[in-house]
Amino acid sequence: MSSYREIAWQGLWRNNPGLVQLLGLCPLLAVTTTLTNALGLGLATAIVLVFSNILISLVRNYVPKEIRIAVFVMIIAALVTSVQLLVNAYAYGLYLSLGIFLPLIVTNCIIIGRAEAFASRNNPVKAAFDGLMMGTGFTLVLCILGSARELLGQGTLFSGADQLLGPWASSLTIHVIHFDTSFLLAMLPPGAFLGMGLLIALKNVIDAKWPAQQPQAQPTDSHCRVSPTREI
Amino acid sequence: MAFKVATSPHVTHNNQTSKVMLTVLLCAIPGFLAQCYFFGWGTLIQVLLAMITAILCEAFVVKLRKRDIKATLSDNSALLTGLLLGVSIPPLAPWWVIIIGTAFAIIMVKQLYGGLGNNIFNPAMAAYVLLLIAFPVQMTSWVVPNAIAQHPADLLASLQTVFSFGHPDVDWYRLGIDGSSMATPLDTLKIDLSMGLTTSESLTKAVFSSGVGVGWVWVNLGYLIGGLIMLKLRTIRWHIPVGVIAGLGIAATAGYLISPDTHASPIFHLFSGATMLAAFFIATDPVTAATSNRGRILFGVIIGVLVYLIRNFGGYPDAFAFAVLLANLCAPLIDYYIKPRAYGHR
Repeated sequence: MSSYREIAWQGLWRNNPGLVQLLGLCPLLAVTTTLTNALGLGLATAIVLVFSNILISLVRNYVPKEIRIAVFVMIIAALVTSVQLLVNAYAYGLYLSLGIFLPLIVTNCIIIGRAEAFASRNNPVKAAFDGLMMGTGFTLVLCILGSARELLGQGTLFSGADQLLGPWASSLTIHVIHFDTSFLLAMLPPGAFLGMGLLIALKNVIDAKWPAQQPQAQPTDSHCRVSPTREI
Repeated sequence: MAFKVATSPHVTHNNQTSKVMLTVLLCAIPGFLAQCYFFGWGTLIQVLLAMITAILCEAFVVKLRKRDIKATLSDNSALLTGLLLGVSIPPLAPWWVIIIGTAFAIIMVKQLYGGLGNNIFNPAMAAYVLLLIAFPVQMTSWVVPNAIAQHPADLLASLQTVFSFGHPDVDWYRLGIDGSSMATPLDTLKIDLSMGLTTSESLTKAVFSSGVGVGWVWVNLGYLIGGLIMLKLRTIRWHIPVGVIAGLGIAATAGYLISPDTHASPIFHLFSGATMLAAFFIATDPVTAATSNRGRILFGVIIGVLVYLIRNFGGYPDAFAFAVLLANLCAPLIDYYIKPRAYGHR
């Protein structure tokens, strides 16, 4: 069985949902125009991921194999609806700026992927930890991309943070640089693709440079596979 | 008497990449000079900046990739990319525009795909599109031709404007004889048509003379001459330029015949903007074009027709960058479906 350390390593770095599994690219590219948006969507996804992993892990022994996907999707959809309503109630500005991508968390492949690959074959505690680590990994990638694009595009960090955290947070906005002309490309979708490609390249460079620091033991358990092979 | 026996191949030619690129560079000189004459020192400054940036970026990436820097740089392809981008962007654009563009062209579009011969897209045109999307204001304010400008920018003023030191008044140099600022002929016509003027009404403006843009005719003729020299030297083949000009010409003629009041004449299209530069120097890039002769004609026609469509119905000043990139995308498909028949096959 896998240790918690291994789960954390897989979620945060080695099998990072954003950089390695390339799951959930649609929100990743669409909403990372500012750090606030990125953090908001990342947190929402992480919360859904943790609770969906717990619930699915709890019911894993009672759901027939044949209809498991349908059950998983229903659980995830219910969770996403709850999160959407919560954001609508407590962070309305963020709700508006995230738009359709909040309900679209339902279709985010990370969540169903972790449900199928990990939660449906591990106990609830481990599943929750896996959801937390995968969600954190995804949120980190979103935040890095979001801050890079916001910095290049408008020279600020955390602009509109009050939408996410309440009125007090408007002082969090940092004006790093002032551009006479904004670098529009960073705010547009091509900038997201370019930034994403550069991030993946950076991860590969780091992996190639410091292979010794990584745990060498390859996991034998199938939980960490991107596409699990399962006999049907 | 000694017979010297050589093994095959018996037909050799002297077409090294560096020589081909150098020929293309030299053949661009007539058009480049015309552009400098009509639009001032800015063009020269931009081209020099672009070439220096291109060389530095190429050397940097090649060093990162642990390849032979000298061998890569001596193929002159970076210089050509620099030249093409330098003459494409507005002469008085700020210095960082051309540097960002050239760095993107060399690092992202060319070297990340594996260097010369492996890039899918034309580096100069991809960089042009990047700049157009990222800095629309800087990329669409072209200078007024010196012949009709109220205050032609001299060398010092051009340097001041590009590098933004001293107190250059950029708008000052964008004023024509009537004291009004100006867009390119293509832009002017497009704006006038959208405001309800007819083509002939729009063509009476100062930026036009005898139905085409002031200066632009000579720039295009200069590139046409250079292109014809390249054809004569067999540096390029005729298929792509003929395809581009035929595609654009036929589409423009059709539009002009149907509705002369809302469509510019074919002559206007052929001698405005980047037509000749693109037809002979940009579209003929052997790396990103189709490879068979019939395929090349089709490739050229696609560019020509797309240019006409985008110029007429699109929102951007000139269409060649987009048309070339879209045709680059089609090139593998063209090569797949149009294969030259192997000798002996039916």
